[in-house]
Amino acid sequence: MLASSACQPAFLVAHFMQKPTSHNAGSPPPPVEARKLRKVFREVAAVDGISFALANASVTALLGGNGAGKTTTISMLMGLVVPTSGEACVFGADMARERHKVLHRVNFESPYVDVPMRLTVRQNLEVFGRLYGVRDLKGAIAEIAGELRLGELLDRPYGKLSAGQKTRVSLAKALLNEPELLLLDEPTASLDPDTADWVRNKIESYRKTRQATIVLASHNMAEVERLADRVIMLEKGRIIADETPAELIKRFGRANLEEVFLAIARRGASDAGVAP
Amino acid sequence: MMLGPAEIPRLPRLKEQSSIAASAGRIWGMVLRYWYVIRSSWPRTAELIYWPLVQMLMWGFLQSYLAQTTSFAVKAAGLFIGAVLLWDILVRSQLGFAVAFLEEIWSRNLGHLMMTPLRPAELVVALMVVSLLKLMVAMVPVALLAYFFFGFNLLSLGLAFAVFFANLVIMSWSLGLVATGVVLRWGLGAESFAWLIVFVFLPLCCVYYPVATLPGWLQPVALALPPTYVFEGLRAIVLDGTFVGHLMLEAFALNVVYFVLGFAAFAYFLQSARVHGTLVQMGE
Repeated sequence: MLASSACQPAFLVAHFMQKPTSHNAGSPPPPVEARKLRKVFREVAAVDGISFALANASVTALLGGNGAGKTTTISMLMGLVVPTSGEACVFGADMARERHKVLHRVNFESPYVDVPMRLTVRQNLEVFGRLYGVRDLKGAIAEIAGELRLGELLDRPYGKLSAGQKTRVSLAKALLNEPELLLLDEPTASLDPDTADWVRNKIESYRKTRQATIVLASHNMAEVERLADRVIMLEKGRIIADETPAELIKRFGRANLEEVFLAIARRGASDAGVAP
Repeated sequence: MMLGPAEIPRLPRLKEQSSIAASAGRIWGMVLRYWYVIRSSWPRTAELIYWPLVQMLMWGFLQSYLAQTTSFAVKAAGLFIGAVLLWDILVRSQLGFAVAFLEEIWSRNLGHLMMTPLRPAELVVALMVVSLLKLMVAMVPVALLAYFFFGFNLLSLGLAFAVFFANLVIMSWSLGLVATGVVLRWGLGAESFAWLIVFVFLPLCCVYYPVATLPGWLQPVALALPPTYVFEGLRAIVLDGTFVGHLMLEAFALNVVYFVLGFAAFAYFLQSARVHGTLVQMGE
């Protein structure tokens, strides 16, 4: 039986796509798809009619300055914010209406959203494991604790951990259900370079081993260059660039993505040579 | 043929998501989450008992004093203490529900929760279970003290106590649903609403006096509230030794209506929070 969803019919998808995608009728829907996605708060468009689709097992960075629309876009992809118009689709499910069909296949990590402070790491992982319906939860916690070097932290309250340790716990929580889609909001913010590098290695490794699709919001351009194979740059709620990091750097004639970002941010999209 | 979300094979690490067992597992996960919080902090546990204990002692001593001076108080032995204990069931259960939810906002965990497969109805059931757990933690010691200090045995009310208890707890859940819905929509700025909403009912539900004491225009308001029937029922038992069954049935009928309205309000406010984007801004 086919699920009825505004996100399903591929022939309509193609009609609305800003950039063509490879999926057709008969193929599975893309992990993430935004169709003319728009969100207006108090007459201000935080996201203004953006469309994109992400390929399976890709890493896509959502970039933009403060207020560009990254958080609102991610929130709509997670179903936490309902679009004013358009659709945010994840694995073919319209996240405004049928998010519970796919939430078990998704997870996210952000240093700005904590897990309960008073609970120990083990208790937190147990609670989230039950919410995601993880099989052999004890074994899964032991496995992820081993992978993320959490063994000694398992019985300590989350609130008493350092920033780096908290990030590792958040990552454990985010990987506990082995998500096919992982949303990362500044995963290395406020971490020392060594820990940040370790986190990036883990993200790369997870993507390779699980063939997961990753959406990354970050202000760290070196991180984006290393992890992402596609960059979607937002400004005032609109997509102003959508290409690989290398293409973007080349088109702007800059040395790295950081310089591209600064050029766009300081001169505005039109002056910087990007099409709105 | 394109696969819908339901047809895509499950991940091997995860159990079936749509069964009743899966739903029970998620509810159990949330109950555990709140239980771990209660267990982790003795001041929080003490706080659960503190106010019911103070109330019970104050009204118990007042009743002891009155019993020495008025014949009514002798006849109505246990009336005040019984009313205090029943009132605290309503208050503690409502606060148990609402404060458990507030924990999510204080700990900035709401975003995580809303991203899990946990359904709103499952969250509500978990909050109901936790409110009962907290109620037990708060009221069992206080009820025991009422018995040993003042000779009032709540269980001596028998079946009536079970009926009173059920009516008060269901009403507390309805209030908890509205309170948490308001916090969901307007954030921690509305936190005091969750703490105070129940106290509007203290004068209206005629906890310590009969409905007839209220002015005529206010009596229909009191009679529209299920707890009023409970406290009237308590007075009927203590003063006349009679259990008025039809009052309890009316209270149950009203409770069903309030619970449905409470859940509808919660669902509405949750959806409204998703429209206004307040779910992602929650926190201290």
